[in-house]
Amino acid sequence: MNARPDFLLTVENLTVSFDGFKAVDGLSFYVEQNECRVIIGPNGAGKTTVLDLICGRTKATSGKVEFKNQELLKMREDQIVHAGVGRKFQTPTVYEDLTVFENLEISYPKGHGVFGALTFRRDDAVISRIDEIAATVFLEELLEEKAAYLSHGQKQWLEIGMLLIQDPELLMLDEPVAGMSVAERKKTAELLNRIIQDRSVIVIEHDMKFVEDIATRVTVLHQGKVLSEGSMAHVQADPKVIEVYLGH
Amino acid sequence: MFLNKNRFFSNTDLIGFALLALLIFVMLPVGLDVFRLNLFGKYLTYAFVAIGLVLCWGAGGILSLGQGVFFGLGGYCMAMFLKLEASSPEATKIQSTPGIPDFMDWNQIAEIPFWWQPFHSLTFSLVAVIIIPVIFAFIIGVAMFRRRVGGVYFAIITQAIAAILTILIIGQQGYTGGVNGITDLRTLKGWDIRTDDAKVILYFVNGGLLFACLFIAQIIRKSKLGRILIAMRDQEDRVRFSGYDVANFKIFVFCAGAAFAAVGGAMFTLQVGFMSPSFVGIVPSIEMVIFCAVGGRLSIIGAVYGALLVNLAKTTFSELFPELWLLGLGGLFIAVVLAFPNGLAGIYKDYVEPRIALIFKRKMHIDEDVSKYDPLEAAAD
Amino acid sequence: MFADYSMGELGAIFAMQGFAGLILFSVFVLMALGLAIIFGQMGVINMAHGEFMILGAYVTYLTSNLFSEYMPALFSMYFFLAMILAFIVAGALGMFVEWALIRHLYKRPLDTLLATWGLSLIMQQIYRSVFGAREVGVTIPEWMMGSLPLTDTIEIPINGIFVMVLATGISIAVYIMMFRSSWGKQVRAVTQNRVMAGAVGINTERTDRLTFGIGCGVAGVAGSAFTMIGSTGPTAGQLYIVDTFLVVVFGGAASLLGTIASAFSISQAQSIMEFFLSGSMAKVLTLLTVVGILMLRPQGLFALKLRK
Repeated sequence: MNARPDFLLTVENLTVSFDGFKAVDGLSFYVEQNECRVIIGPNGAGKTTVLDLICGRTKATSGKVEFKNQELLKMREDQIVHAGVGRKFQTPTVYEDLTVFENLEISYPKGHGVFGALTFRRDDAVISRIDEIAATVFLEELLEEKAAYLSHGQKQWLEIGMLLIQDPELLMLDEPVAGMSVAERKKTAELLNRIIQDRSVIVIEHDMKFVEDIATRVTVLHQGKVLSEGSMAHVQADPKVIEVYLGH
Repeated sequence: MFLNKNRFFSNTDLIGFALLALLIFVMLPVGLDVFRLNLFGKYLTYAFVAIGLVLCWGAGGILSLGQGVFFGLGGYCMAMFLKLEASSPEATKIQSTPGIPDFMDWNQIAEIPFWWQPFHSLTFSLVAVIIIPVIFAFIIGVAMFRRRVGGVYFAIITQAIAAILTILIIGQQGYTGGVNGITDLRTLKGWDIRTDDAKVILYFVNGGLLFACLFIAQIIRKSKLGRILIAMRDQEDRVRFSGYDVANFKIFVFCAGAAFAAVGGAMFTLQVGFMSPSFVGIVPSIEMVIFCAVGGRLSIIGAVYGALLVNLAKTTFSELFPELWLLGLGGLFIAVVLAFPNGLAGIYKDYVEPRIALIFKRKMHIDEDVSKYDPLEAAAD
Repeated sequence: MFADYSMGELGAIFAMQGFAGLILFSVFVLMALGLAIIFGQMGVINMAHGEFMILGAYVTYLTSNLFSEYMPALFSMYFFLAMILAFIVAGALGMFVEWALIRHLYKRPLDTLLATWGLSLIMQQIYRSVFGAREVGVTIPEWMMGSLPLTDTIEIPINGIFVMVLATGISIAVYIMMFRSSWGKQVRAVTQNRVMAGAVGINTERTDRLTFGIGCGVAGVAGSAFTMIGSTGPTAGQLYIVDTFLVVVFGGAASLLGTIASAFSISQAQSIMEFFLSGSMAKVLTLLTVVGILMLRPQGLFALKLRK
């Protein structure tokens, strides 16, 4: 089973077991360049675990994950990031004691070694890039604010901004609109539509309307396995999917 | 815009450094006799450890309960050199084997062991003072942080290491001087360190080194590395997924803390004239944490005051009411944790600084320098 | 080093050292059980654990004095009452400490560590003021003295057997309490998901207080048992605390079986090495091995792989 080189991400036979419980079980899927893949599925289907496995947060029991023909399973988290994979967590994860500017600055892809960080200088390139990203995620007015004082939605945006500044080729978003107000939700949908243009994205989302808007293809997970895969219309018509979502 | 500048010293920091320098280099030497000045010099050697703990614990969230290990290693490296110099064949001619340290002679050891030999050289010893503790910290750091041991587990294991080293030093008394430590140190390259003049000079050397460490710590804090430490303390996973190898940063800051502690230990040996396992073990190590906590775990200047005040209180109380000292110290631990988690620096920031700012505001409209904001001094939890 | 001994002597040495190791094992188990409840289940670092044990020892000491003064006829049985008293006194103090101190710090484990260290200093000073700095020993009832001869060369002290029996009994009691009673279920529910446990009607505050109290109470009983094999001084608790924590961490903090297994391996290693090396080197080697293994396997011997 050789991965086709034109896929950006190849996941094959991925399995992880926690004391015998297989949260992800022989999972295979492929993501193409510039594709927006949405993963849906009931609670406990293993959606977040899949993202954890790809970005190295959880170690897989077996299988393979190839990104641009590099095996990710053998790499450390920071190496995976440098390879071009960005990950947003389900709950907004920002540095509350630092300002918005400093939050973005830490994610700026320069000075990542110990001595690089010691000698890092805030030059004009850094500042203009941070200003640019802040404007993209609607936070240009709040650069000097401590992240702790942001609203829930603004923290989500900040975390997305922290990913964008790394300019990853593959962006993985775990429920990016969860817990947002209706207005924030709309703004975020716009934002996501803009940022998924020139990169591949994997999104976990429950909001079907939102999924329909952005998805190139949809993968439905159930009990750690792929239940169905295809266009939104295809999976919505799939009797197995209907069974899982409505059957019980 | 202030963000463009990223200066290493804000105005508040400069005032803090200047006031501390005034205290250490002018007020204390003028106001105290040589005996008391030497005592303050001893207190200040603990400040080195406390500064390291501000970096590791306050900023990085890594609580080491084994800083005494590094303080002790630094101190022992210095003491070994001084002991060899004090054990010339003439000075030790009453021993059964002249020319070796007295405790070796008492333990029927007739020859200086090979690993003592390099400590005949002052250069080697001075390098060893820093390098040996740093290598030791590096090994511990790599083993622990690479395997993601953190938090309370790290604290317990460092404490166990402090216990192990103490038992080892006490058990191997023929090579280490045992429970009494290495005592009766006299001269440094022929210069008698026991005279009043030497004590004053050593006090100033100590102060100078302390400021060197303070400057290094300030630069670490104010660089991007300092902000990464805070980020790591609060959201370790996010830092990792922003492309940082978190373990390297922890190892670095742990080694930096160890190096500071080691310098403190060496200066302790020089000023006090001996080194013993009672500065290595569990109890002294955790007391060093309280110096840092009382001063303010987020403020390097605060840590210096913390070390001074707690030790001053210790000396005063244990002279006057020896019964009460342990109660006081215990109470201090509890009070600092429950009521003042940011220590003296936190109290200063919350109560004193606003008043000062108010006075200044009345006198003149404060200038537009807003760069006082310092994430390190922001809330800890 | 073996050449000087005959086979029979060697066997006897190993048996005796092994038995000495079993007594040390019982001591470790008794010490670690209370901590396994407090640290393993609640995640609280109690550096004053040793002082709670010493409290139990002092309670036993007082009870024995009381009996020999006023009820010499019942002296042979005083120990059982002493043990119950030790549990109650240490447990009550534990509940008070939880209320006054620990409950404010559940989210700051490192700070709990410092605060309980402060508590341990205070308790030590109080012991010193009340009982004096010198170690005190209790009079062991007659039936516990002497030893059982197994063969000509192997003798087993009765108080050692008693401590072993006690350790077994208390382990079983703790196991039943934690894993077979509804209270144990509540404790585990609260540790695993505090908010949810509160939502389904468990009084989380009371559960915390009771758990901490019982952990301290078990420490008190351990201290009580110690008086049968050694004397007690104000700072004796501090000597044990590192060992105890290592036993619990080494076993895998949340696993009772792990705690017992690690207590067994550490005590056996130490007592067998003690025969060939000096006591301090045996201790150094044992602790180094434990720390080394913990660096390789930080989650301890027995730990579940969990979904984060």
